[in-house]
Amino acid sequence: MTRVRPAAPPERRRRRARTRTANVADVGRPGFLWAAPATLFFAAFALVPLIMVVVLSFMSWDGIGDPEFAGLDNWRRVLDDPVMIKSIWLSLLLTGLGVAIQTPLSILLGVWAAGNQKNRAVLSAIYFLPLLLSATAVAVVWGALLDPNFGVPAEAAWLFGDGNLYGEQATAIGVLAFVSTWQFTPFHTLIYQGAARAIPPVLYQAAEVDGAGRYRQFFHITLPQLRNAMITSMILMVVGGLTTFETVLILTQGGPGTDTTISAYYMYERAFRSFDYGAGAAIALVLVLAATLISLIMVRLSGYDKMRSTTEGL
Amino acid sequence: MRRRPNYLAGAGSLVWLFLIGLPLYVMLSATLKSQSEFAQDGPLALPDGFTLDNFTGAFDTGFGRYFLNTLLVTVCVVGIVLLLVPPLSYAIVRSRGPVTTGVFRLFLLGLAIPLQAVIVPMFYLISEAGLYDNLVGVILPTAAFCLPVSALILSGTMRDISRELFEAMAMDGASPRRVFFQLVLPLSRGGLSTIVVFSALQAWNGFLFPLVLTQSDSTKVVTLGLYNFKTERGIDAPGLLAAVVLSMIPVLLVYLFARRALVQGLMGVGGK
Repeated sequence: MTRVRPAAPPERRRRRARTRTANVADVGRPGFLWAAPATLFFAAFALVPLIMVVVLSFMSWDGIGDPEFAGLDNWRRVLDDPVMIKSIWLSLLLTGLGVAIQTPLSILLGVWAAGNQKNRAVLSAIYFLPLLLSATAVAVVWGALLDPNFGVPAEAAWLFGDGNLYGEQATAIGVLAFVSTWQFTPFHTLIYQGAARAIPPVLYQAAEVDGAGRYRQFFHITLPQLRNAMITSMILMVVGGLTTFETVLILTQGGPGTDTTISAYYMYERAFRSFDYGAGAAIALVLVLAATLISLIMVRLSGYDKMRSTTEGL
Repeated sequence: MRRRPNYLAGAGSLVWLFLIGLPLYVMLSATLKSQSEFAQDGPLALPDGFTLDNFTGAFDTGFGRYFLNTLLVTVCVVGIVLLLVPPLSYAIVRSRGPVTTGVFRLFLLGLAIPLQAVIVPMFYLISEAGLYDNLVGVILPTAAFCLPVSALILSGTMRDISRELFEAMAMDGASPRRVFFQLVLPLSRGGLSTIVVFSALQAWNGFLFPLVLTQSDSTKVVTLGLYNFKTERGIDAPGLLAAVVLSMIPVLLVYLFARRALVQGLMGVGGK
């Protein structure tokens, strides 16, 4: 099968070899069976549940006994539920706040940390410490820090008023946005740091020759070059924002009232606290659809799917 | 060409340092305070003395057990990932045919599935399988959700192995199994350590699956222990923060000794 005529001149031999690549290279190629165990495992624990969430959204189930077909009942209840409608807006608001605050912040920090000065390396090592904490731990730490009775607000009345940041919608949302920023900015900073380091130095040298100052360089070279990183990071922010859960559960429990009940938390409440699993499944589906739709729109609008290279013409 | 220092950026970075440092300071100093000291002097005061009571207290409230549970979950999840992902990535990179392409698409699609989306049916399936309140019921879905990112990372590493090496082994008539063990695995060490760290972090920090799929104290993991501590005895902030510190020690150790693998593991596909 792998006969190669040794007498053939090099040029012809190469062509022959290529026509035979299929044969030669198929020796020692793994069959698809190598992928089978992982695929089956993934199908069982991720794809089957994903299909079942659609099915369950048309069923009524209280956790005991068997689910029963309920038609559009869950969907009607969920879409008529003022708390649900409100939770969608709150999710979008928190996600929007997250993107609006974290994007500029992490771009600045990322570009700053991309410099190879010694002090920057030391400081960035500290900046990334929040990444070591789980979402639960972050929420617990900030919960202790912002406690109305024993935390910082109780000590700094001039800044925090009566100290109960969870008593009003605006401040409660502020706390959630702030804690998410603290938790996720380091991650996005890493994305921008990597991207900023990949910018060809020749661009800056050219700008320097042309007499462009630091700020012009930032706006005319750095920012456009970070375009792909920006899209990646913003999509992750949107998906992460819409599925924020631990922070709400631990810090506000959706309160005051339902003023911070975002959809991801409301899904948990409906399903696992009110034992209305059908409604929970419907809300979960709304969440997935929203996250997918927004990501797709972002990819389309930015032309990321066309994969325009930022180093074109270099 | 020496540039003048950027004072504005320097000032901004110090503000951020303060914001990052403040909670870390409060957390560390609180672990050395008694509950009454914390309540009286406030979270910002320096600790009066030195006490390890908060740490021993954390173990008294059951955190020792929670740590063992989390460790078990983490080891099993990493084990499953290491067993399933290398052959999968090997097939994705080297196998030819529509089936493998389809498999790869499937895992790319899998990247987009959030945990929340499947938590309700997962609860149903795990209960039906009789695995509710059993750590096996936490391990299996957690491992499954590590697969897409791990497969993508490891396939990326394996793609970098040069074709000539594969062809040379094929010339020698090596079987896929031999190629896998003698060529692919030894040359994918970087990717392997990244997926180990990635899946270990997912398992160690996991919250939603344990929250929904377990119930009793004997199956509690650390994150769930923190949440319960907070809801039941939130007033004991020093004890709670000591438990948080304990929970991050293993990750901190990895950060100190395998920073590269950790950063890559944290980034997952985000960094790709």
